Amino acid sequence: MNINTTKIISLLFFIFSVFYLYTAYQIQVFAFDENAPFNAKTFPIYLGYAGLFFSGLKLILPDPETIKVEHRNLEYKKTAILIIIAIIYGATILKVGYFLTTSFFLFGSYYFLGERRWILMFLLSFPFVAAFMYLLHGVLEIYLRDPFLQLIGVMG
Amino acid sequence: MIEGILIGLSTALTLQNIFMVMIGCFFGTIIGMLPGLGPMTAIALMIPITYGFDPATGLILMAGVYYGAVFGGSTSSILLNAPGVPGTVATSFDGYPMAQQGKAGKALAIAAWSSFAGGTFSAIYLLFLAPSLSKVSLSFRSPDYFALMILGLTAIAAFSSKGQFLKAMMMVVLGLMLASVGQDSLSDITRFTFNNMNLTDGISFVLVVMATFAMSEALTIILKRNDPTAAAKQVSLTELGSIKINKEDRKKMYKTIPRSSVIGFLIGVLPGAGATIASFLAYGMERNLVNDDEKQKFGKGSINGLSAPETANNAACSGSFVPMLTLGIPGSGTTAVMLGALLGFGVQPGPRLYMTNPEIFWSIIMSMYIGMVILLILNLPLIPYIARILAVPKNYLIPLILFFSITGIYVMSFNNFDIYLMIGIAVVATFLRLYDFPMPPLILAFVLGGLMEENLRRSLLLSNGSWEFLWARTLTLCILLITAFIVIWHIYKTFKKN
Repeated sequence: MNINTTKIISLLFFIFSVFYLYTAYQIQVFAFDENAPFNAKTFPIYLGYAGLFFSGLKLILPDPETIKVEHRNLEYKKTAILIIIAIIYGATILKVGYFLTTSFFLFGSYYFLGERRWILMFLLSFPFVAAFMYLLHGVLEIYLRDPFLQLIGVMG
Repeated sequence: MIEGILIGLSTALTLQNIFMVMIGCFFGTIIGMLPGLGPMTAIALMIPITYGFDPATGLILMAGVYYGAVFGGSTSSILLNAPGVPGTVATSFDGYPMAQQGKAGKALAIAAWSSFAGGTFSAIYLLFLAPSLSKVSLSFRSPDYFALMILGLTAIAAFSSKGQFLKAMMMVVLGLMLASVGQDSLSDITRFTFNNMNLTDGISFVLVVMATFAMSEALTIILKRNDPTAAAKQVSLTELGSIKINKEDRKKMYKTIPRSSVIGFLIGVLPGAGATIASFLAYGMERNLVNDDEKQKFGKGSINGLSAPETANNAACSGSFVPMLTLGIPGSGTTAVMLGALLGFGVQPGPRLYMTNPEIFWSIIMSMYIGMVILLILNLPLIPYIARILAVPKNYLIPLILFFSITGIYVMSFNNFDIYLMIGIAVVATFLRLYDFPMPPLILAFVLGGLMEENLRRSLLLSNGSWEFLWARTLTLCILLITAFIVIWHIYKTFKKN
């Protein structure tokens, strides 16, 4: 089963290389560049074949070492929650603003990872983000878009 | 020359300038530790401030910021596996495993001493070789650069042990494929963008490195949280913060530092090559030169594996000043910003600078060196405290790593798409890491991909499509022969062991 997973990854890479190679051949180059010794699609075509070659070899040749991954011991649920929180963070950061989304992202992540020390969780989210924002935006003058803080008049 | 050095020293060692370099080192270290903000950004941020000072003081402040930012980048590489700048990626290969073994303080101390030694050696090379090396740097042509990129790829041998060669090669190809996304550098034709405007400029290095290193590391830690085989070793704070480098470790560093500084400096002199290629090459070379026992430790916390790239990237930073000062050609993004600052001060770098204004030339060199000395004095006592970042409970540390990674991308692009792309790459990388697919070859290939394609294209166009360019020039042939030797040697050693 475990050996197969490495083979399955190699097979997926092989399929990906086929798709990459097909897309590489579809790249539209300028007419005067079509017969040039090197154009925009030459290198990608080489890469597509290299991908096919190495993943093909990995598929055919026996695995020198079996990698055992005990799926029962892996925390898929918490990892998935963390990824979902990160996606929500990414989706809202521009609309809501840096301060609120980052603070809620940190607070939520601490919570889902099992933390329950509320005061520490609060200190390491809202005031921490405010201080970090001050360093970036106030001291280093790196622009941080924040419609929420602009709305309440904290940020110009 | 001696007179020039003394003038440079007397300028750099005034009280005001020493204070400036201290301020610069402090802010540089903080900025460098933030993902996405490297030395180039740090220096660019300082330019408006420096215009209030005289040129020497302004340059000294920038020197402090520069070396501080490089050290800050190494710190985040070692402690969080989050290299914010390309030049410190190789530092994380052995620095991060050392930190995980409870030797964070020692790893930071080795990095600090290696950087300092690399800078010292390169300052010596700079003193004696700068004018003549500038001519050498101009003699490099596209075929030589292409051969150099191939030589750089031999560093993947370091990650292909125990029958992992094919996995490493698959990662190389994947890295090159990711690098090919976006506009073609010559014709501006878009490739693999699927009509998505966000991909037109390609995928940024910081995004890929944050996704495959910092973010995927954080996800892996959560994923393996209850895995009894991956249970974290509990270490005391004293052990974590100890900066003691024992005699045996020092012995290893004595051998590594001189050779890595030579390779770092020489690569740094070449315009466009820079600290990243230098650090990877030094890492690969070091692995080829050490004995079999030490070789096994590479990627798992080797002293040589940490010292080599740290020495080389700092030596390359100094080396990159050769073309900038002697020819007026900025070899890297950072030196381009420095060049702009110099021009702002009314200093015109170029062949005449060394002849007509040696005092300015030496003041710049000396202020860079003083910057390094002050950085070492300031940061060594702070290492025990910086290393304690790792003592922060995982429930807090992991979200903070994710936050720094996402912020690093956000401040660069202000784009949701980049955040989604980073999360996507991180998920794939986490899955691949579970099955022992190494990530460093992917990063190495991603860094070299664009340069490799560009130089291969120029070479083939110049030779009318013929591959003769590979052996037409002596320099190209020499580099390729070295590459072939390394590959054959590696194969021979593998067969001999089996």
